[in-house]
Amino acid sequence: MSRVRLPVRRPWRLAAEVTALLAAGVVAFPLYWMLLGAFRPAGEIESTEPRPWTASPTLDSFRRVFEQQEFGRYFVNSLLVAGSVVLASALIAFLAATAVTRFRFRFRTTLLIMFLVAQMVPVEALTIPLFFLMRDFGLLNALGSLILPHIAFSLPFAIWMLRGFVRAVPESLEEAAYLDGASRARFLWQILFPLVLPGLVATSVFSFISTWNDFLFAKSFIISDTSQSTLPMALLVFYKPDEPDWGGVMAASTVMTVPVLVFFVLVQRRLVSGLGGAVKD
Amino acid sequence: MRRTTDVALPVKRSAPAAPARRTPATTPSRRTGPRPRGGWTPWLYLAPALAVLGALLVYPVYQLGLISFLEYTQAQVSGGEPTRFRGLDNYTDLFADDQFWQVLLATVGFAAACVLGTLAVGCALAVLLTRVRALPRLALLLAALGAWATPTITGSTVWLFLFDPDFGPVNRLLGLGDFSWTYGRYSAFLLVLLEVVWCSFPFVMITVYAGIRAIPGEVLEAAALDGASQWRIWRSVLAPMLRPILGIVTVQSVIWDFKVFTQIYVMTGGGGIAGQNLVLNVYAYQKAFASSQYSLGSAIGVVMLLLLLAVTLGYLRLLRRQGEEL
Repeated sequence: MSRVRLPVRRPWRLAAEVTALLAAGVVAFPLYWMLLGAFRPAGEIESTEPRPWTASPTLDSFRRVFEQQEFGRYFVNSLLVAGSVVLASALIAFLAATAVTRFRFRFRTTLLIMFLVAQMVPVEALTIPLFFLMRDFGLLNALGSLILPHIAFSLPFAIWMLRGFVRAVPESLEEAAYLDGASRARFLWQILFPLVLPGLVATSVFSFISTWNDFLFAKSFIISDTSQSTLPMALLVFYKPDEPDWGGVMAASTVMTVPVLVFFVLVQRRLVSGLGGAVKD
Repeated sequence: MRRTTDVALPVKRSAPAAPARRTPATTPSRRTGPRPRGGWTPWLYLAPALAVLGALLVYPVYQLGLISFLEYTQAQVSGGEPTRFRGLDNYTDLFADDQFWQVLLATVGFAAACVLGTLAVGCALAVLLTRVRALPRLALLLAALGAWATPTITGSTVWLFLFDPDFGPVNRLLGLGDFSWTYGRYSAFLLVLLEVVWCSFPFVMITVYAGIRAIPGEVLEAAALDGASQWRIWRSVLAPMLRPILGIVTVQSVIWDFKVFTQIYVMTGGGGIAGQNLVLNVYAYQKAFASSQYSLGSAIGVVMLLLLLAVTLGYLRLLRRQGEEL
């Protein structure tokens, strides 16, 4: 854990620790303010002298959020979309990363470069052609119009990132498996897959985040059937630029953020070691 | 699609020169042993990825380019009028528009400021993380994970609430009265910038921190024993060893910050008063979906694509010069 220990003089270390705690406070403050706003009674939120605590926490804003329209439905939709994208892109990326790391074939380097270049494509700019594509396939107003593009957009980064993990599995293991009579499929799923699972977790964080965050596609592709919409759109029900219902916005934000936060804390160790593993090579 | 293949070629052609630069330790044979050629197997493994990417990334890119050469507005979409080929006219119109240049300049400036801010905060805090004991480190890591986990749209509304002229704590704290951050052009950009840095520095911080941890402690101890200052250690020891990681986080930041959409759209109400806070992405969206000028929106998309492609090419050249193996 602490392989890097710099010899730092005592007063400096104290200063560093105070700075770190202060930074943590500043970084966490928006989230604290969100939680506070979600539990505040209406009168207090509209106060022009906001206090950093509340004496009378209430669930009123949450009640409003869940009574509003189909918030639960949006939540399930968001989970469905993000879940499908994470699963599909993890599997597809695992196969592709295996291909580009464990085989030598023509166009391998070309493909790798194309995956890198594909990461740079501004997907937002593709909203227009994708809109027509989804329309032609009758996918507008369906969750598929959000799932499919996001699988494609998470793939290049996922492949690029997983490459490091697949490469870290020693080649000798593969030879040993074949010598023991394992088939290629067996090696792939029973040996390689479990070994790169930590990498898949780290990769999934990225595809989950980008899908969970998507606002533009939900806004552009789900136009008439709002029951097929996702959480970012639900938030906008409460956020009217002229007179936002701040309590509702903060409560909805809390509901949107907490699952991601729990997910992050759960995979935290894997994420940090995963990022280390992916960038080491 | 033609473009990406063109891109790949020069790099491939130079491949024979690469081994000379490589150290013996990284030759493929030692690292990985003789690799199976596999015949069709690699292509079988790649098939799902290529199918998805072809249909949902490459084809839309082609379509984007195509639409940018057509006359494509509400009339054509509904089938009322035939689609007409306009050649470069959309681009000529776009480049003749003062607003486009203004938005382009704003996008580049805003993205550059976001990247610099994100990298500075991320690297500084990553170095800080290596200097502190477990408890402050955990506090900062958890706070950063929290900011990272926050959905973009949530972050946008929460920051608006923090900086609200009437109910926000920031104005009270700074004694700014009922100063409206979103009213002025620069203050609105600044507010969005702060939010962007807040939600994107964690990736940089954690990645760089993971990178520093992978550096053997003796190297740093030796430097410190030789009397090197903290700044000198960073500049002469850490930075060079971290260069690949710094390259990755810089490029990722450039890509993300250049494409910022949600924050600008939500925080400045679709691009600010009279479009003063438009960036290319929001501008393209407004052109296409708000005023049904799909061809103009596509032309803006193509401009973005080319700009990001240029960044990518620069990055690839850098990788090649460092003798990285793909």
